[in-house]
Amino acid sequence: MASIKMRAKITDGVTTIKALVSHPMDTGLMKDKKTGETIPAHFIQEVVCKHKDTTVMTANWGAAISKNPYLSFKFAGAAAGDTVSLSWADNKGEKDSAEVTIK
Amino acid sequence: MTSMKRRIFLKGSLATGAVGIAVSTGLLTPRVSLAAWSKAAFEAKDVNGAVSALFNTSDMASSDKISIKAPDIAENGAVVPVSVTTSIDGVSSISLLADKNATPLTAEFTLGPGTEGYVSTRIKMGKTANVIAVVKAGDKLYSAQKEVKVTIGGCGG
Repeated sequence: MASIKMRAKITDGVTTIKALVSHPMDTGLMKDKKTGETIPAHFIQEVVCKHKDTTVMTANWGAAISKNPYLSFKFAGAAAGDTVSLSWADNKGEKDSAEVTIK
Repeated sequence: MTSMKRRIFLKGSLATGAVGIAVSTGLLTPRVSLAAWSKAAFEAKDVNGAVSALFNTSDMASSDKISIKAPDIAENGAVVPVSVTTSIDGVSSISLLADKNATPLTAEFTLGPGTEGYVSTRIKMGKTANVIAVVKAGDKLYSAQKEVKVTIGGCGG
């Protein structure tokens, strides 16, 4: 289940992470156009990004993040060649993670 | 006797090794890690309610050191790109809220010590509203806001 596309690039000691996750991010308010039934809420609640053993960023998300979420942030203290990992967990207990090397 | 012990030892170390790898790659992320997700904050119906559920206070000082980059007019409320940059020192958390959404809090980012005051993501907005960024630095909260006009709402209905 490769749901994460992630890039990590370092310039002047600052690493920029850009990530895209494929996820429906259903709010629980939408109705199915054909059946008229409400689509239950299904959204990512937590995204954690780690460099070595340090957590550089934890995101707590609500259902108001767009479908197929995009996320970008910057942190210092890493070097080219290090790996960073990103993992997410949603309200149904599904999860995924990915690792990339900083370029 | 010694060979038996060694066998047991090897088995044990192999087993713990596998679990260790699974944990570190995030396959077995402990359920406890979701404890930080504040149900009260994400279900709060107004901005002050959400902010106080997150930080135990809703005292915010508006700051010109926070800049929100978002479109003036968003044609599609389902995808509104928003970036927040702040030059405040010691930022530990950045939250994004859309004040006219049924539940205003969209995201809360907790930043590590080496992480810069910058996040970028895409949010859903039900209608024309102010996008509010709340930045926590030290024990204080700072905020800034920007109005985004939404032509087609993106929160269902």
